[in-house]
Amino acid sequence: MESLEQIKDRAETAIPGAKIDIVPNPGPANQPSLLIDNEHAPAIAKFLRDDAALRLDFCSNVTGVDWLDRVAKKTVKVKKVVDGEEKEVNQTTEEKIPGYLEAVYHLYSITHKHGAVIIRMRTEDRAAGARLPSLTPIWRSAEFQEREIYDLYGIRFDGHPDLRRILMWDEFEDHPMRKDYVQPDDFEWEPTPHDDVLARAKQHYTPRPELDGAEKITAGSGDTLKR
Amino acid sequence: MIGTGILKGMAVTARNFVGSYFDEERLITVQYPEERNPLPENYRNFPFLLYDGDDPHAGLRCVACKICEKECPPQCIYIVKSDDKKPDYMGKPQFYPKVFDIDISVCMSCQICVEVCPFEAIKMDKDFELSKRERFNHLLQRKEELSKPNEYYHSICPTEAADVDAKLAAAAEAAAKKKAAAAPAPATPPAPSGSSSASASS
Amino acid sequence: MSATVETLEAIERPPVTMGSRLEGELLEVSMGPQHPSTHGVFRMNVALEGEIVRKLKPVFGYLHRNHEKIGENTSYLGSMPYTDRLDYFCSMTNNWAYALSVEKLAGIEVPERAQYLRIILAELTRLQNHASLLGFLLNDMGAWGTPLMYAFREREKILDLFESLSGSRMMCDYMRFGGCRVDADDAWLARARQIVDRFPKFLDEFEELILGNEIVIGRTQNVGKLSADLAISAGITGPMLRACGVNYDVRKVDGYGFYPRFKFRIPLGEHGDTYDRLMMRALEMRESVEILKQALAQIQPGPIVNPKVKIRAFRPPVGEAYGRIEAPKGELGFYLISDGGPNPYRYRVRPPSFINLTVLEDLCLGHTVADVMVILGSVDIVMGEVDR
Repeated sequence: MESLEQIKDRAETAIPGAKIDIVPNPGPANQPSLLIDNEHAPAIAKFLRDDAALRLDFCSNVTGVDWLDRVAKKTVKVKKVVDGEEKEVNQTTEEKIPGYLEAVYHLYSITHKHGAVIIRMRTEDRAAGARLPSLTPIWRSAEFQEREIYDLYGIRFDGHPDLRRILMWDEFEDHPMRKDYVQPDDFEWEPTPHDDVLARAKQHYTPRPELDGAEKITAGSGDTLKR
Repeated sequence: MIGTGILKGMAVTARNFVGSYFDEERLITVQYPEERNPLPENYRNFPFLLYDGDDPHAGLRCVACKICEKECPPQCIYIVKSDDKKPDYMGKPQFYPKVFDIDISVCMSCQICVEVCPFEAIKMDKDFELSKRERFNHLLQRKEELSKPNEYYHSICPTEAADVDAKLAAAAEAAAKKKAAAAPAPATPPAPSGSSSASASS
Repeated sequence: MSATVETLEAIERPPVTMGSRLEGELLEVSMGPQHPSTHGVFRMNVALEGEIVRKLKPVFGYLHRNHEKIGENTSYLGSMPYTDRLDYFCSMTNNWAYALSVEKLAGIEVPERAQYLRIILAELTRLQNHASLLGFLLNDMGAWGTPLMYAFREREKILDLFESLSGSRMMCDYMRFGGCRVDADDAWLARARQIVDRFPKFLDEFEELILGNEIVIGRTQNVGKLSADLAISAGITGPMLRACGVNYDVRKVDGYGFYPRFKFRIPLGEHGDTYDRLMMRALEMRESVEILKQALAQIQPGPIVNPKVKIRAFRPPVGEAYGRIEAPKGELGFYLISDGGPNPYRYRVRPPSFINLTVLEDLCLGHTVADVMVILGSVDIVMGEVDR
């Protein structure tokens, strides 16, 4: 198979205006990926699928990744005049890198039996701008998986034929796979009596009638539940 | 001819039906709970705490290091460390768990607590009939219910228990030698635990 | 054979009283989640015209527990027992897929004996999964109990092997990063050899029981046809893809583990219908038996785990990895991103049976409700994996 650089060059020539970056992968797995721009994503995807040498016709895995806002600290040595003397002083600058959501596609070729080529798309931000073009028209296998990303990460896929929640119920509001998701604290009892689950559950539930034996539950300290 | 396939299938069922009365290979069910298949030695279900000798408190191997509590994937172990210390099987003073609880309903018998324990203090049990009468308190196994003697471990996993004993004995011996080399005073270390009831409960 | 739509139009139907009416003559029926033949808590919203399916929307999530979030909140090792619960029929292959991904992520070598043990256990898993699938499929068709119990009888022998090795029948939790947890002794290998040698006898009998049966042929041939193009585009993997005649098996393509050392063939279908999918399983079991015979003959004593891998405080270097294997149900992949910490930053499962359901609607349109059950049975789903 061609190298990612070759694929990038050929795709950029084939699709005018397309912008592709190579995202390195430092680990031992050595699976670098192509970051494609959102505007031309469907065209690039179509190129990857239909190009005779590539024929990446099998989209195996589609998934989302949540990257939170980061603060990158940079320490630069700056020369300053302190008390008439020139000294090197460390100056720390903080740069805020806004977070984004990412959709990652693992592509293989069944025709040529090669792969994987990994492509990724990034949203503008994690709120209203969390939109990406859907690649379901190119690869049907993305249908359920993009729905799952929409459900769990909240990326809206433009052009998806049936974008609904898939694993959570329709009335559910948040996106549970996001890194800043806060668990609801009103779920049912868990009988591990030392957990903070118990403390929370105590706030939410009055004990059940005598039959259940629930009123006998004590926390580690031996406090009985308040009625 | 249409129907031959079905007749052939019928012949197979007939063979199985007749075979189920005397053919060893087709006669596989047992009438649980009156009859029971023997459990393989590797079988695991729910952990227990090991102690040496007769006294579950004095012989308890657990030193409340809390590694298993940290590594347990479903977080079903709860440990409170003691304030004082008691001698372990090598005579070294160690902490012990004041509280050691495992929640049956959360534990998934994955054996990770056993793998990460550096003191051979927690092992997997074979008791699978764990149903309880009460929903909450009974499902929480306390330290007293969890502690079981080394003889019990030998009875359920003889090979593995013998290996563990040999390993501990070797460690105790090495420690004793080191001690003897460091201090020439005749310090007799307590006997390594083993399956004998000559215990470290001194 | 399925009835065509035209013939049904002519039949006068009595007015329907149950359920809610959609536009025209369509009747919306919710099949599942508590349906005996939906293989768990799977639900389909079906729009019917008479008995013919006009629309089918699968509804997921009844068994959803956010496995991936749990994986991101536990250590790398801590996720291993959770993978058992994905596809609880095939915990060994789940373990292997996860171990393989982590090994890729951290660059870990696996000793030879462990590789052999993994292949032996994965192929035994394939045998028991396919055998019980055929039993379940017959169950869905109305051959209640008997074939399933024959399949379970054989499966139980394999599960006993798993139990005596790993300690548990189904929740094996057997593989570790860089190897396996327990070594198999000679007695175990001898027992495995005995079971593998006897397995073809069961296959002969089972094929005699079902594959020539006229009712099975009538219920499955030309039912739920899937074209190769749609199968590839929809990411269908495993026996379901090969039933369409597409030669793609991760064991051959990636050659993970020691699979390149073994001689085996990939069975391919021709029509892509339910009967071919059923045959795929029967033929794959034969090939698995071949692999097992070779592996059990070649296995040599040696270490079973890479000593460099720490059990506690395992932290792979920063990076990401996608590892996949050919699980009995299709391509099972794990996508992991490490930020250098003790927990994965991103832990993703590519569940084969979930993605294989993408085409369920396409397969079922124009068939009767009774065929839906057969088609669903031939897709081979396990809800633990579909809903995660």
